[in-house]
Amino acid sequence: MKILRLGVGLLAAASLMTSCGNSGTKNKNGTEGALTKNAAEQVYIAPGEHDDYYAFISGGYSGNLLVYGLPSGRMFKEIPVFSQFPTSGYGYSEETKPMFNTSYGFIPWGDAHHPDISQTNGVMDGRWVFINENNTPRIARVDLTTFETAEIIEVPNSAGNHSSSFITENTEYVVAGTRFSVPVPQRDISIKDYKGEFKGALSFIGVDQETGRMEIDFQLLMPGFNYDLSHPGRDKSHGWFFFTTYNTEEANTLLEVNASQNDKDFIAAVNWKKIEEYVKNGGGKMMPAEYAHNVYDHHTHTATSTMKNEVRVIDPTEVPGAVYFLPTPKSPHGCDVSPDGEYIVGNGKLSTDLTVHSFTKMIDAIENKKFDGEAYGIPILNFDDIHAGSVKKAGLGPLHTEFDDKGNAYTTFFISSEVVKWELGTWEVKDRKPTYYSVGHLTIPGGNSREPDGKYMFAMNKITKDRYLPVGPELEHSAQLYDISGEKMELILDFPTHGEPHYAAAIKADVVKGNSLEIYDLEDNKHEYAIKSEGEARVERNGNEVHIYMSTIRSHFAPDNIEGIKVGDKVYFHVTNLEQDFDVPHGFAMIGQNNSELLIMPGQTKTTTWNPKKVGVWPFYCTDFCSALHQEMQGYIRVSPKDSDIELTWSLGDDE
Amino acid sequence: MKLASTIMVIGSALLLGLFIYPLWHVELEAPQYPRGLGMNIHLDGIVGYTKHDIRNIDGLNHYIGMKTLPKKGDMWEFTVFPLVVGGMSVLGIIIGLFGFFKRSAYKWFMAWFVLMTVLGILGMIDFNAWMTDYGTNLDPNAIMKMTDDFGNPLSYKPPLFGSKDILNFTAVSYPSLGGILLGIGMALTFISYFVGKKLSKKSN
Repeated sequence: MKILRLGVGLLAAASLMTSCGNSGTKNKNGTEGALTKNAAEQVYIAPGEHDDYYAFISGGYSGNLLVYGLPSGRMFKEIPVFSQFPTSGYGYSEETKPMFNTSYGFIPWGDAHHPDISQTNGVMDGRWVFINENNTPRIARVDLTTFETAEIIEVPNSAGNHSSSFITENTEYVVAGTRFSVPVPQRDISIKDYKGEFKGALSFIGVDQETGRMEIDFQLLMPGFNYDLSHPGRDKSHGWFFFTTYNTEEANTLLEVNASQNDKDFIAAVNWKKIEEYVKNGGGKMMPAEYAHNVYDHHTHTATSTMKNEVRVIDPTEVPGAVYFLPTPKSPHGCDVSPDGEYIVGNGKLSTDLTVHSFTKMIDAIENKKFDGEAYGIPILNFDDIHAGSVKKAGLGPLHTEFDDKGNAYTTFFISSEVVKWELGTWEVKDRKPTYYSVGHLTIPGGNSREPDGKYMFAMNKITKDRYLPVGPELEHSAQLYDISGEKMELILDFPTHGEPHYAAAIKADVVKGNSLEIYDLEDNKHEYAIKSEGEARVERNGNEVHIYMSTIRSHFAPDNIEGIKVGDKVYFHVTNLEQDFDVPHGFAMIGQNNSELLIMPGQTKTTTWNPKKVGVWPFYCTDFCSALHQEMQGYIRVSPKDSDIELTWSLGDDE
Repeated sequence: MKLASTIMVIGSALLLGLFIYPLWHVELEAPQYPRGLGMNIHLDGIVGYTKHDIRNIDGLNHYIGMKTLPKKGDMWEFTVFPLVVGGMSVLGIIIGLFGFFKRSAYKWFMAWFVLMTVLGILGMIDFNAWMTDYGTNLDPNAIMKMTDDFGNPLSYKPPLFGSKDILNFTAVSYPSLGGILLGIGMALTFISYFVGKKLSKKSN
């Protein structure tokens, strides 16, 4: 018996030793077990406490913008931008349908790519987030007081709006470049006539500093290359804009091979201040172009769409000194500028090296006219004259670079699936960490500004595979958060995103959170069909159109009994939420509605339509669990035959 | 002599394992392929670890301009190798059986071993030549044209034996069960010669 006890004791000791040993061994990600606990602490935000940063992560083909907190990786909101969103009724409600208007008609979906936050003096000011739609070229502005889409402008003469939407230092311009060159103006020509006939439009969209309203100031009609990504110059290079190009071969078929033949493509350096001046002096010419400009007003709670019919276009060869080509190896993808504006990084995606150009050298080469030929009348600078240095054999398939506040750069490598940290000036690789898997963009809060914040970096991956519990073939993409405050990067969190995040923009929470609205003031509600009290609730008939002026307050609709509706009518529910308390929305849904619900914030009015098709008595109800008596928040509509002479009546609470 | 003959028969018969098990395998490992991609090289063709590995390997290789992996009808080897191996195995078994009746048959054991070794070396040379061509004879219009430290075009030839880092992949190449059985079998035939020689001397 004693021996048996001793045996058990030994076993227990052995298992204790084993578990100690395990905690010191490396886990799947190659991090020390002891550090994993540390990582958990680093990303832990205690219940009720707030994150340090907002991250606005592109929802890619979801068409939307996601709001996340860092370092927790928690998702707070999906802001509908380019896609209809039945959750709130965005794109379904009468007020928001005009946001989807384009020169092609109503487009219910978009492919959102690169968010960027407004800036003042090269620092993110947290007023607005701009984001581009790639497929049907558009730029949206999201207001960071309401966290809703406030404006969408279509970009004419563009196709594949990809080198967008990046902001200059004082939000003078939102810039949108075309990835696919097209005939400008569009016309019926053979695709084989690509060379010379197709143009790439780079659009400079002016932003009103008071209202944020966008207007296309000018479009630069460049040679028919693919303008892939772009970034503004900043600080010393403020006034310039840099665009990577590929397909300088001007191939029109099998681009994966035919556009990969030139050893070097270009970064186009655009001196936009020079062009702005040219435009101010009446330069350029107005060209017929059809594009929609949609603006949402959060006082009328209504969007209006205006069709524009002309745009100013500029021939770059007519503005001397406005555009230069910087030869850059291997079909560069990302085009990133260091916080001081000196270095322009071309991420040659088919190479193992990163090419870095010097802004100072570029200016010197331009002043001394050190040109190496020209392309379509645009001077090409000599590579050796502008080359600052190369990061050699850094990895495979470099895509994007961001910067910290200590003179380091961080580049993603898609093929070798890693982030590589290197030093500006010495071009030496200092660290590398794997990503899971095949990283696209990365974001450092304050990234596209003079003052990046070198605490966190997150990598947004294209491939998820086995990172989370399996959910069938279709997966959300994974992102990884790294602590970059030390010499070596440290993976501290892995979190799923939504859609396909391309770029993300992140900002200190303190800059934004104080401006966020809690409710819409009912007194300021200027909606055409708003009612300010239950007393104004009514139903009006105009032919077969019926307008119901309805209100919601805990826990009833006014009116909640309506008779006199007929088959074949078109019924408009104009629902005003009379609540003036934070986070008390009401929902509205009608049985058999060929539409989405409405989710109405306090003080807001939204409109949905219903086409009664069947005789009977049909209920509607509140979809948002608003109060203890939410289940009682319901009503009925009596639908009579088309030829019925039942009078239109409405009521609330008058059971006799 | 019975013992030597038995060893010879078993040794030659082990070659038949190649009709069931692969000769060799090449595996590609990379971060975004947590389970790895791989192919088993059988006598009569190449088979992926999973149903779609070959297609996925070809898909990756097209970036660097490599040819697609050969199908069964693409290479004469996949027809000839089974005949050679099958023929040698049967021949070895027959020679081994002779040993039960004829004491001096052990000399034939060695002859068989030498012949099989020559054929094996020829096979390896042929296999290596194919891998060299596969890894270096690249499409001049390849999407990615990588160079080594000296500026020469990078070779994507997988190692014949062992592991090698090629770009973001680690290629690992080792004999499989069929190949191991072949090795053991040949070793046994070699041993059978000495056993046969010793026994025949003893009985003299």
